[in-house]
Amino acid sequence: MGGRDSDLVLLDENGIRCDGRKVDETRNISIKAGVLKNANGSAYIEFGDNKILAGVFGPRDVHPKHMSDTDTGIIRCRYHMSPFSVTERKNPAPSRREIEIGKVIKEALRPAVMLEKFPRTAVDVYVEVLQADGGTRCAALDAASVALADAGIPMRDMVSACAAGKVADTIILDVNNEEDQAGQADMPIGYMPNLGKVTLLQLDGVLTPAEFKKCLETGIEGCKQVYEIQKQALKDKFFANGEQ
Amino acid sequence: MTSTFVIDQLKRNKINDLLEKGQRYDGRRFDEPRPLVIETGVIPKADGSARVRLGDTEVVTGIKIQPDRPFPDMGDKGIFICTAEILPLAHPTAEPGPPGEDVIELARVVDRGIRESGMVDLSQLVLEKDKTVIGIFADNSVTDHDGNLFDACSCASTAAILTCKIPKWEMINDKPTLVEGQKSDPPITTIPVAVTMARIGDYILVDPNADEWACMDARITITTNSNGNICALQKGGDDGFTPEQIIQCSEIAISVGAKIRQKIEQLRQGR
Repeated sequence: MGGRDSDLVLLDENGIRCDGRKVDETRNISIKAGVLKNANGSAYIEFGDNKILAGVFGPRDVHPKHMSDTDTGIIRCRYHMSPFSVTERKNPAPSRREIEIGKVIKEALRPAVMLEKFPRTAVDVYVEVLQADGGTRCAALDAASVALADAGIPMRDMVSACAAGKVADTIILDVNNEEDQAGQADMPIGYMPNLGKVTLLQLDGVLTPAEFKKCLETGIEGCKQVYEIQKQALKDKFFANGEQ
Repeated sequence: MTSTFVIDQLKRNKINDLLEKGQRYDGRRFDEPRPLVIETGVIPKADGSARVRLGDTEVVTGIKIQPDRPFPDMGDKGIFICTAEILPLAHPTAEPGPPGEDVIELARVVDRGIRESGMVDLSQLVLEKDKTVIGIFADNSVTDHDGNLFDACSCASTAAILTCKIPKWEMINDKPTLVEGQKSDPPITTIPVAVTMARIGDYILVDPNADEWACMDARITITTNSNGNICALQKGGDDGFTPEQIIQCSEIAISVGAKIRQKIEQLRQGR
């Protein structure tokens, strides 16, 4: 890690970051629920310069059939980046990175969704990153979680996600692309705010035990802020015209 | 497949009953990894190699070192690539074919632990900036699968890198040319150690074997470096952890990791 772009000032003397944010501030986040006609549930998120669509299908028949489970429903997730989503064109074939992210998002959503109510079925979550700017897995998880709720699939809790990290020896909330490239650590966190459980957690970069604890606390605070925006997105869709 | 073991309901009940009494099915303490045996230099044709046995999980890792193009945005650094394969002879459920998501995750977690720790100073592996660098390839072959491939592959990769020898190349007519007979030790800065823990109910178990792997609610792999700092982490499995459990896991990873690191350090002295 670290220090490749030496001209970039990640944190100035007033504690302001390269994009003008304070250390404990997230980027602008807006979420809209129910944006696709055909999907059972959907959401669109803009998380800073990230633009991500999530669509949910199911519970529905499982194909291939051997994947189905007689005791419970299963959840599957595809995370994909559009070729035009990044500076250099990305090969549209799924990369190892995308397969891993699909897996961690699936495992982050799994505890929130009451799949045991739908044995022999599958819930498919498709995430498309239209534009990427650091922190896509968290933003994708936020959108996927709203899309699941929009689909009316029974859930124990929302999953809210936000990264924390370290730049210029300081713990910061919501790492952007520049901070990820030139910073010291990036820790994406997915959190169920009512159950108090961390369901997605990864870390790249070196943290002391004390920094690790602070980073975890900072990230969870960010997740709680995201949760309010997720709830508002659902309220806006379902109660917008005074319907109950 | 690493996460799709099926075990008897009876065994599952037994494992859970024992945990309530503070015991594990195979008699270990909760924070006790299985016996670890590390042999290095087992494949002389590789530039470095290790065979690691962690309980009944076994991995053979070979290091190959060769000139390559640098990654586009990192022309001033050598490259490091780590792969993993569960060989079909390792388990009845393992099949030949392209890697599934479990194996891709395995390789990427092992890769990330070593990369993010900065174990190898890659800036010393440049032959010509932006054009030609030395690449270190760590390929992990799982030969026997009894759970927790993360720690076994991490340990084998680390041991193989630590004891590898880097051949010497010189740029002649813009082409890297091997200088016969000259080899050097790798530029090692720290020794990363991955410690994987499973959560079953409220219990945190270090180094889960295949049976425990089948019963776990969630798992976490934490890699620490020689300074006792945390340099990589991955949560997996179908449930979560409370923040308190995560802090507890990080403390366990540091203390258990320190003991494993001593064992790996000895390899360097015996080199």
